[in-house]
Amino acid sequence: MNVVLALQIGWGTTLAIKTLVVLAIIPLGALVLGYVFLLKMMSHMQSRLGPMDPGGFHGWFQLVGDGMKFLQKEDIIPDEADRRVFAAAPAVVVISTFLVFLVIPMGPDLVVKNLDVGVFYALAVSSLSVIGVLMAGWASANKYALLGALRAAGQLIAYELPLLLAVTGVVVQANTMSLQGIVYAQQNGSIFGWHGVGNPFILTQFVGFALFLVASQAELTQTPFDMPVAESELVAGYMVEYTGFRFLFFFIGEFGTATAFAALAATMFLGGWSLPWVHGGIANWIGPFVLFAKLMFVAFLMFWARFTYPRLREDQLQALAWKVLIPIGLLNLLITGVFKVAF
Amino acid sequence: MSTTESPTNAPGFEVDRNAIRQLADAQINVELDTGDMIINLGPQHPATHGTLRLVARLDGERVLAADPVIGYMHRGYEKLSEFRTYPQVTTLINRIDWLSSFANEVPFVDAAERLMGVEAPPRAVWIRTILTELSRIATFVLFLGEMGLQVGALTPAFYGFRDREHVLNLIEAATGGRFHPNFNRIGGLKDDLPWGWIAETRSAMKTILDACDVFEDLVAGNEIFLSRTRGIGVIPGDIGTSYGVSGSNLRASGVDWDLRRDGRPYLAYPDLDFQVWTHPDGDSFSRYWVRLQETRESVRMVLQLLDGLPAGPVMAKVPRIIKVPEGEVWVETENPLGQMGYYVVSKGATGPFRVKIRSASFSNVSILPWLLKGVYVPDIVTILASLYFILGDIDR
Amino acid sequence: MSDETTEPTEPTEVPEVPEVAETPTSAPDPDPVHVELLARIDAALGDAVIESADALGGLVVRVRTDAWGRVAEIARDALECDYLSFVAGIDWMPAPPEGDGESADTSSPVQPTTMTYGAAGSAGRFQVFGIVQSTSRHWGVTFKADVDESDPVVASWVGVYPGADWHERECWEMYGIRFVGHPALRRLYLPSEFEGYPLRKDFPLLARVVKPWPGLVDVEGMPGDEPAAVAAAGGEE
Repeated sequence: MNVVLALQIGWGTTLAIKTLVVLAIIPLGALVLGYVFLLKMMSHMQSRLGPMDPGGFHGWFQLVGDGMKFLQKEDIIPDEADRRVFAAAPAVVVISTFLVFLVIPMGPDLVVKNLDVGVFYALAVSSLSVIGVLMAGWASANKYALLGALRAAGQLIAYELPLLLAVTGVVVQANTMSLQGIVYAQQNGSIFGWHGVGNPFILTQFVGFALFLVASQAELTQTPFDMPVAESELVAGYMVEYTGFRFLFFFIGEFGTATAFAALAATMFLGGWSLPWVHGGIANWIGPFVLFAKLMFVAFLMFWARFTYPRLREDQLQALAWKVLIPIGLLNLLITGVFKVAF
Repeated sequence: MSTTESPTNAPGFEVDRNAIRQLADAQINVELDTGDMIINLGPQHPATHGTLRLVARLDGERVLAADPVIGYMHRGYEKLSEFRTYPQVTTLINRIDWLSSFANEVPFVDAAERLMGVEAPPRAVWIRTILTELSRIATFVLFLGEMGLQVGALTPAFYGFRDREHVLNLIEAATGGRFHPNFNRIGGLKDDLPWGWIAETRSAMKTILDACDVFEDLVAGNEIFLSRTRGIGVIPGDIGTSYGVSGSNLRASGVDWDLRRDGRPYLAYPDLDFQVWTHPDGDSFSRYWVRLQETRESVRMVLQLLDGLPAGPVMAKVPRIIKVPEGEVWVETENPLGQMGYYVVSKGATGPFRVKIRSASFSNVSILPWLLKGVYVPDIVTILASLYFILGDIDR
Repeated sequence: MSDETTEPTEPTEVPEVPEVAETPTSAPDPDPVHVELLARIDAALGDAVIESADALGGLVVRVRTDAWGRVAEIARDALECDYLSFVAGIDWMPAPPEGDGESADTSSPVQPTTMTYGAAGSAGRFQVFGIVQSTSRHWGVTFKADVDESDPVVASWVGVYPGADWHERECWEMYGIRFVGHPALRRLYLPSEFEGYPLRKDFPLLARVVKPWPGLVDVEGMPGDEPAAVAAAGGEE
């Protein structure tokens, strides 16, 4: 199937193309997010400029150059490390990111597979990265890494629940778990009868949006939830023994997942690739850009919080998840359900 | 000698080789239970402010025992001082607390002057006070930012460095050196202030006050920072004094003692009107808060000093070769890090016979084994950051 | 001033100004704080106090070696000194000249070669001294005690001032003075294999032993200068 190119391309080739595109998006997304937010936005907020020279124009080449540098470094595996697990851990993290991207729609037809249980699948698959983190921490034969991995295990599992509860409100409101369906529900919805901007779920699910942001911040182990990678204590936590391209994988995994979560938030709360007045084939062309703009906005919020707040201690972090976020999420779900049935 | 004191053959101390590899010079009472873990924080570690090594025995995330191992930066200043003339010693002691180096020289030069019976002219005394207070501001502004960094906020550290630049530029303009000015001479100062320095200082002080407000908002007002520092690392006042903890750390525990006001009068402090800040809690947050207030207080003091700066020479008449008559004297000052003092023993030569350097961080860090029992690993970092020690000060 | 002119003889009068060295301006009235402190110390220690002196405003009290342990308790209780500043050692022996006669390093200040002692005197080569202060009364005292050279042992202050732990470790490491009652006298600054007590005067400054002090040469030659010219300009013996 292909509306875009009006050519006859078989199913297998389509799948291959789509897979390649997704594989390209992950590092690209990581690069863009990393450069714009980590290097430039953070620097400007800290009254400095960030990289300016590489590539000539405001140092845009910095991360690409960093990637190339990592690729040519020596591959060091600690003596006492468990070699196979050590090598496999970064791959697990990146694979889980890749799997999430499979369901994110970038246009009416630009989705690798429009699963009916898209949301469920995305959340389930994103939690695979926990295993990768644990593998990394344990196999490193390093006490700091172990401490980091143990913290990560508790944290990442604890924050799955607020993530889920935030998303369930959206699902209830959209009547479907398919991400494409959620986008259509927002595009075709109305606010008290006015179809001007559709019905982006952020308006009704603002609690869910906030919960999702906080929970995804924790899932990405970003400050204020970066205990597993506490830079000033554990010096990179579970990643401390990784160098060269293995570290590059972790880095890409981290920022790729940030892109994925930002894209998920944009899709579920801001309308994804859709603009309310754009329908039909043209949406396949501008959809990706619209989605990109929205996900950059969400990523801006996430990274802004990252550079501002100190980090929560592990027990405070857990208390926040279990005692604050989950009750709020349940309440949100309850109210959404009530409104759904009543109206 | 060395045969009896090594931890490997102290009585009742059976330890396996693996643990020895980790312990080296530390002593953590190692009967290794299977559940406990020994980690080394340092000597290279972002949290230890230099080459401090903290060997900690952990049960999960709780610290059971911690032993600081120091001496990675021991330069032997007390021994070296015995082989230097008095002006040469000042180059050494600049480097004890390198963040506020001007303040280190002052007590030593004061000691030499007292032994000689020389009094520095009033202008020199007032300029010394201004530069000491500027050093204090520089050190504290960095602390305000850098403690945020240790707790996890990346941004305040940059603000700390940026705002400190204003003060460092002032010190460089006056003395020629940002970090190690070596500006004090026995009998006064090397030079007078440059043209326009006073106006520059006034405007820099305004910037510092604004920076303090920013830190109060960004760091001290942040709920996460508060929850990370309130109640963490409480030092009761009496325990603090018996360990020799001094300076802002002690004032944050409620002990109202400031050598600028309470000790033997030195520099221009008797002529100044300033307040001493204390806080009753004694936890990490109160140490942060006290230093924040003291920064503001120092700014006010600098402005007072600039208003009242007397005219005159900056150097008293001293012979070219400084020979200090026989005697001994103890001079202590309120340095940014705490109480710093020199016990100088002179035998009438051109160099000291014995210089005992009492540095503040040495005692501040000696409380760590007591303080770190039972805290979480992230709290270690918070406590280390809030005590604010400098390795050069500990190791001399 | 020497008179070169003969002055008319004058009736012998008492010279107005005594020319013999004046009696040391009778010490200014003793500091009332010192008086109070001494009174308390005498009351508590009695005859363990050997001597006391004023070192430019600071009170220095020398006590008997066996009373050193009690000094800590008295400081804390009778003198209300809750704050321990430090405990350290001092070696009164004059440093032996560096190197052998001819190539003597002339860079270090020349110290007197006779052994003299400081405020409040000393019985021998080693002394241990400490300063305690009161945060409430704003006073402080320097206590000194002699340490026997052949068997350098004194009591430890750790039971009273826990902060003395590190100070005494450093003192032992640098001077070899052992403190009875200290939980674990081990190296503080130096690696555990270190031999010798560095701050003792007979322990050489190792850096000077390894190579002569570079500051000996006042003028550095320019690259390409004759070594003779450098030596002439330098003034190295």
